[in-house]
Amino acid sequence: MTVSHVLNEKLMLAYAAGTLPEAFNLVIATHLSLCDESRAMVAAGEAIGGCVLDRCAPIEMGSAALTDTLARIKRGRPEARAKAAEPGLLPEPLRTYVGGDVSHVKWKALGGGVKQAILPVEGDATARLLFIPGGQAVPDHGHNGMELTLVLQGAYADEVDRFARGDLEIADEELEHQPVAEDGEDCICLSATDAPLKFNAVMPRLMQRYFRI
Amino acid sequence: MLDASSLSKIGKLGSNGPGKDCVVAEVSELDGAVETLSHAPNWEAHILRVRDARDEAAFAELFDHFAPRVKGFLINAGANASMAEECAQDVMVTLWHKSHLYDPTRASAATWIFTIARNKRIDAFRKASRPEPEDLGWGPEPEPDQADVLALRQQSDQLSQAISLLPETQRTIIERAFFGDLSHAELAEETGLPLGTIKSRIRLALERLRTAMRQG
Repeated sequence: MTVSHVLNEKLMLAYAAGTLPEAFNLVIATHLSLCDESRAMVAAGEAIGGCVLDRCAPIEMGSAALTDTLARIKRGRPEARAKAAEPGLLPEPLRTYVGGDVSHVKWKALGGGVKQAILPVEGDATARLLFIPGGQAVPDHGHNGMELTLVLQGAYADEVDRFARGDLEIADEELEHQPVAEDGEDCICLSATDAPLKFNAVMPRLMQRYFRI
Repeated sequence: MLDASSLSKIGKLGSNGPGKDCVVAEVSELDGAVETLSHAPNWEAHILRVRDARDEAAFAELFDHFAPRVKGFLINAGANASMAEECAQDVMVTLWHKSHLYDPTRASAATWIFTIARNKRIDAFRKASRPEPEDLGWGPEPEPDQADVLALRQQSDQLSQAISLLPETQRTIIERAFFGDLSHAELAEETGLPLGTIKSRIRLALERLRTAMRQG
C-alpha cells in the first residue's frame, strides 16, 4: 500500500468547498503552504467549485444591484494579498494563530517532556501544537473521529510510515497508532481532531479529561 | 458514486486535450482570437480589463453573468434571499478590489469567483476570516504567458464538460458537497473525481511561480 503524505480526495473536496471546521481548515491551509502537490489538488477542487457555480441556476439580482455595487466599489479600496512566506519554522496561517513564530507558542507540559498548546478555533474540532522530544513516544491511541497531523519540525514514525516536515497524516476510526519522534531533533506537529482520542492505557485516559486531548 | 465507466469517459476527455506545444502553435496562429475557441465569453480577459483599465463596462458584463449565479449558489448553500443578494454584491466588490491579485494561469474566472464566494460565506458565519495558505504571488511577477492562460482555460472547459456528462446522481453528489449539504459519511463514499489534467496544469503553473520567486 502506498502511504499518502498529502491530502486525500474527499478532504480536498471538503476543504475546497469550505465545509470543514476551522481546526481542519487551519491544518490544511498550513500544509498547503508547505506542499505544492496538495495545493494543486485543492486548486483542482476549486475548479470543480467554479463549474458548480457556473452551472447554478441564476437568481435575478435586485434592480439597483449593479449601481449599488459600483457605488460601494468607489467607497472602498484595493485589498492586500494574503501574507507571504517569512523565514521561520511556522508558516502562515499558523503563525497568525500563534501570534508569532515558534518562540511565541505558550506550551503546557503534558509529562515526559511532551508539551502542547491549544489554538483558538471555533467549532467542534480542536487544534493544537504538539512538542515531542526526540526519541520520545506519544501514548498509543485510536480515534473516535478524524485526526489530521502536520509535521512542522523533526519527524515521527508510527505503524503507518515516517512523517517529516510538510507531511500530513490522516487518521480515522480504523487507525490505532503510536507515533514516536525520531532521535535527534525534537518533533513539533500541528494536529486537529473532531472527537476525543481513544487511549489504550489508564493514565493517559485520566489525563485526557484534564488536557482536552 | 462515480463508477469506472464514467471515469474512463472523463479520462478520455482529459487525454484528448492538446499538449502545450500544440497550444503554443494555436495561439500564434489565432493571435488574439482566443475568444473564438470557446462558446463562453472570455471572462478571464474581462477581469484583466477591470484590473488594468478599471473598465466598468467589462465589470457590468461580469456582474450580469456571475452575480445572479453567486446568488443562486448561496441560496442552494442555505442562505436566504436577502443575505444571498448582499453577499453576491460583496463578492463582486471584492472581485474589483482584488483584481490585481488574479492570476489567469492558475484559475478560471468562475473558479476565482467561486473561491471569493466561498470565503464570504465562511466569513459571514464566523468572527474571523478563513485561514488561507501563504500567497505564492510574492516577489517580481512576470506577465502571465498567454499560452498558459489559454491552456488553463481549455482545461477548465474540459472539466466543465466532463462534469456535465456525469450521470445525474453523481453530479448531484458533487454539487451537494459544494453546497455544504453532504455528510462526512456520504462524502467518504466518493471515489475518483475528474481532476487529472487540470491538476497537472495547475501544478505546472505553481512550479513556474516557485521558480520565478527563487530567481526574484
